Amino acid sequence: MKSQNTSLFQSDMVREALGQSFVKLDPRSMFRNPVMFTVELGTAVMLIVTLYTLISGDKTQGSFIYNLVVFFILFLTLLFANFAEAIAEARGKAQADSLRKTREETRAKVVVGNRPGFNLVTTEVMSSQLKKGDVFFCEAGDIIPTDGEIIEGLATIDESAITGESAPVIREAGGDKSSVTGGTKVLSDRIKVQVTTEAGESFLDKMIALVEGASRQKTPNEIALTILLAGFTLVFVIVCVTLQPFAQYARTPITIAAYISLFVCLIPTTIGGLLSAIGIAGMDRALRANVITKSGKAVETAGDIDTLLLDKTGTITIGNRKATSFWPANGVEEKNFVEICVLSSLADDTPEGKSIVELAGREATQKLSIEGATMIKFTAETRCSGVDLPTGRRIRKGAYDAIKRLTENAGNRFPEETADRVKQISSNGGTPLVVSEDEKVVGVIELQDIIKPGISERFERLRRMGVKTVMVTGDNPLTAKFIADKAGVDDFIAEARPEDKMNYIRREQQQGKLVAMMGDGTNDAPALAQADVGVAMNSGTQAAKEAGNMVDLDNDPTKLIEIVEIGKQLLMTRGTLTTFSLANDVAKYFAIVPALFIASIPALQSVNIMHLHSPETAILSAVIFNAIIIPALIPLALRGVQYKPIGSSALLRRNLLIYGLGGIIVPFIGIKLIDLIVTLFY
Amino acid sequence: MHAEIIGVVATFIATVLLAIPLGKYIAKVLAGERTVLDFMAPLERFFFRVSGIDATREMTWQESLVALLTINLIWFVYAMVILMIQGSLPLNPDHNPSMSPDLAFNTAISFLVNCNLQDYSGETGVSYFTQIGVLMFLQFVSAATGVAALAVVMNAMKERTTDKLGNFYNYFVKTITRILLPLSVIVAVIFLLNGMPMTWEGRDTITTLQGDTVQVSRGPVAAFVPIKHLGTNGGGFFGANSAHPFENPNYLTCIVELVSQSVLPMALVFALGFYLKRRKLAVMIFSVMTIGFLLLTISTVMLEMKGNPEIARMGIDLHSGAMEGKEVRFGAAISAYWSILTTVISTGSVNAMHDSYMPLSGMNQMLGMMVNCFYGGKGVGILNFYIFIIIAVFISGLMVGRTPEFLGKKIEAREMKIAILIVLLHPFLILVGTALSSYFAAHDTAMGYWFSGKASGWLSNGGYHGFSQMLYQYTSSSANNGSGFEGLSDNNPFWNITTGFVMILGRFLPIIGPVAIAGILAQKKYIPESAGTLQTDTATFGLMVFGVIFIIAALAFFPALALGPIAEHFSMH
Repeated sequence: MKSQNTSLFQSDMVREALGQSFVKLDPRSMFRNPVMFTVELGTAVMLIVTLYTLISGDKTQGSFIYNLVVFFILFLTLLFANFAEAIAEARGKAQADSLRKTREETRAKVVVGNRPGFNLVTTEVMSSQLKKGDVFFCEAGDIIPTDGEIIEGLATIDESAITGESAPVIREAGGDKSSVTGGTKVLSDRIKVQVTTEAGESFLDKMIALVEGASRQKTPNEIALTILLAGFTLVFVIVCVTLQPFAQYARTPITIAAYISLFVCLIPTTIGGLLSAIGIAGMDRALRANVITKSGKAVETAGDIDTLLLDKTGTITIGNRKATSFWPANGVEEKNFVEICVLSSLADDTPEGKSIVELAGREATQKLSIEGATMIKFTAETRCSGVDLPTGRRIRKGAYDAIKRLTENAGNRFPEETADRVKQISSNGGTPLVVSEDEKVVGVIELQDIIKPGISERFERLRRMGVKTVMVTGDNPLTAKFIADKAGVDDFIAEARPEDKMNYIRREQQQGKLVAMMGDGTNDAPALAQADVGVAMNSGTQAAKEAGNMVDLDNDPTKLIEIVEIGKQLLMTRGTLTTFSLANDVAKYFAIVPALFIASIPALQSVNIMHLHSPETAILSAVIFNAIIIPALIPLALRGVQYKPIGSSALLRRNLLIYGLGGIIVPFIGIKLIDLIVTLFY
Repeated sequence: MHAEIIGVVATFIATVLLAIPLGKYIAKVLAGERTVLDFMAPLERFFFRVSGIDATREMTWQESLVALLTINLIWFVYAMVILMIQGSLPLNPDHNPSMSPDLAFNTAISFLVNCNLQDYSGETGVSYFTQIGVLMFLQFVSAATGVAALAVVMNAMKERTTDKLGNFYNYFVKTITRILLPLSVIVAVIFLLNGMPMTWEGRDTITTLQGDTVQVSRGPVAAFVPIKHLGTNGGGFFGANSAHPFENPNYLTCIVELVSQSVLPMALVFALGFYLKRRKLAVMIFSVMTIGFLLLTISTVMLEMKGNPEIARMGIDLHSGAMEGKEVRFGAAISAYWSILTTVISTGSVNAMHDSYMPLSGMNQMLGMMVNCFYGGKGVGILNFYIFIIIAVFISGLMVGRTPEFLGKKIEAREMKIAILIVLLHPFLILVGTALSSYFAAHDTAMGYWFSGKASGWLSNGGYHGFSQMLYQYTSSSANNGSGFEGLSDNNPFWNITTGFVMILGRFLPIIGPVAIAGILAQKKYIPESAGTLQTDTATFGLMVFGVIFIIAALAFFPALALGPIAEHFSMH
């Protein structure tokens, strides 16, 4: 389900988040966040002080109202921080729920005593009762009850409920497009599907649990940042605790409210309050891009990717290669050659095969028939396919070296002019498909790739981000190089076998680089597992989906680029808000420190550079600013700081200017304004 | 006035110009390349043979730290024993007594950790044997300890994955034989030519013009003073330190002492650049340090040359600046320069009374020690700076959208934990120490064994200035600086022991931390740079480091400084 709502705060989500803000006050859950936990402790102390001033009437700690207001603002600070986390959760959950809605209870036809063939007995079971390993049956019009893998049959399926894409897709047993997703609809034909996950353990369920916090674990970077923030908190614990004897020495009584306010203002509550929201929002943004992440760490890692392995087909080139010319060998008539080509391709439903029939045209194909012929399927070993006609003609088409071997083994010469033609086609970026009849070369078919418009700009953008792109293709090196140059990728793996991908990833990783790849087939699974970020297509096999750490619901190979940017955004948002939060301290010091001492050391009035009205209004203004900056930054935390591929130094300069310098200036203005307003009521 | 400022500027520029070639030389020494002083090799080999050390065996960071801590422990025991029995040892012509255990503890630690806080006075507190055999010895080895620790860290910063970080003993011995000793000889010759005493004889009795007889202390001063500065130690031969005419006879020796104390801390920054072949990184570090240093220096020079408004109100001419507590042969400007230089690097020698500086100059001196890495002490200055780099890298790495890495190594939770602990340590030691002493002073507690009389008795001034005295003492101890605000009665168990512990912690933890971080990072996989990698040798990143230093190291002390020097300043104006 593509997201339609662009509004950050929908009323139902806000309502839910508000409720959660109070639930999250539970110290046991607050404890996970050391910064906000200390704020909670401070708030509790203020509650006691407020009650004490109410009951005893003691004015040495300030008036009851003043203490109450400070308590109230601190309490709000806590609620705001909780709200940030809750709204991020609510949004993620809403997104996941809308995906989950597609899989409401449906009836499943469970096959009893599964045997091959569609002559079967079924019983009806509710989808939630399905167990892993069960086999169910679906035919045209059925909603697929749960995730599974087709074990028999083929069907066209409408996956628009998941991907938003209206064109139906074909899913069939065996091969790399055997997975079906619960909630999608079978449009034609029939399939037998084996359930691959227990109820409640699908990727989507896992993702929802991740967002809801039940199984959300802090990522390594989040842990390191929490340590940093806890460290800053401790520095200010020391600063504030030691201030007590200093003040005694200076004979300056400081109220508990002032101590706690100083402390809460100085510790990095802004980033502390928003940290988990930022992490959840990162996963949520991935989900909005229709990518299910299996952990928050995967999103974070995506931002660090150095090398991106991309399949040529579908990512760099549009769809598949198409036949563009027939080149008969010397002594073979063109008409004859075309006929042989068509014969070899009539039963070949690969895109290449279909395009050959298409190129030959209606006339040439109409009268040909392959009734009673034996199809020879393409295999990775033979690297050629073809047909054995009842007349005894053996037609083969395949890669240059495969056909060369075939003909030379039979004692035939590989014609030179065809070999030259093959080279010429390759160097022009085409793919030569050599055709033989009875082990004699009859000519070559030229296949050409069409590079996607705009793809080279995207690679340029990646290059500026510092990401190296690698094209993976089964083409020969010449063709691969041509397309690689044209598309602007940095490197390519030609004639790639699955283990080549794996080896490439390992080699890059040994150099300390992080590698991302996308894949769908079972033979991609080891490489997906080896890659630091492995994105499996939802249409891919279960093995591939298990091996990767993300699943792309759209099956869109260019999605990797988006994922990298989402990862970078996540890290940047953390970094910039940390900077902003720390830079805020400068102004807060200048607001609160003079306020603490002015009463007994009037000379320190000169440090009150903001000319705040009185010690009380100064302290109130600082804590109010500190509280409201959290909700003010929630939209930024949820949307993320925009990533611009302008080089790391320029990016740092830009962010330092906005969030560093801004972080110093904004609170000076904010606190002064709040002080003016507070003074009106004081 | 102008000549005074020219003196300051010329001294600074001369130091920087000397530091660059010296840095190149140090890099060669630490990398084991050929240098002009290779003729020292037989001497080094002799040391290694006698002590059974294989100087070619590469050590891990843990082994290096064990070696460092072990030899330091041995020196501590040696120093403590000698100090407590010095009265009955030879080379004591003035018959100075042995030290009390608490003073010996403080003094042994103080010199061991390159701090040189002196709760005794050289004329009466120590024998010549102690001056040369203990204190001067420790001045050499403590400086070399810092450089050797830095060498381990620099080795770890190379582009590779390893746990072999060179031989600690090798770095240590070569630092002494090829850097400290030769330079000390050169500086000593200059001092001798300018009339600094060098004798084993005891006090001399002279008759003044008025006919009084005066006892004048002397001794092997010219041997002692060069390493006092070259090693950023700062402990004076005499109580008055470099304000004493025998320890700093004239303006020329004043400049030589200034150059010699700051040239090595600066040179080490350049050495880092030459050693790692990352000159831009060294330039970034040097620039940040220099900007911080200049900010403190310029304001202090201005304040001191302007003079004290309270004195102006008495109708006294302030033409030559604030001269209370300063030597007329040096003047206000160079003394102001000295006071900041000696506090930003961890020397702590003085040529004037820091207690008498303008309140905000006192604050600048304290800020220099609170930050403790604008050049900083021998080797340890860069180690302190390294911690701030780690934190700045962490935050700015995130800001460019990558998990943070420094010189190709990822910075993760473990390194962050160590860095944060080290950053916390300095404010912790200073603020807790000052809190403790101000609590006693505020309540005027009877201190019993710890201090004869009531606690407020250790302050020579009350009010804000008294607070500054206590704050300064702990700052100086924690920063291993060793300069004193003076005016504080510090030779008593309370101050000797508390500052003693502050000095130990403030010395060894900030060495252990960076060495551990660098060692852990060295073992990590090296990640080659890409266009997305954070550049750490740019002005922008330098600004970021400066910001981190300002917010963590300086602002954390703002409330304390507000109650001390800032309050005093505004009350005065």
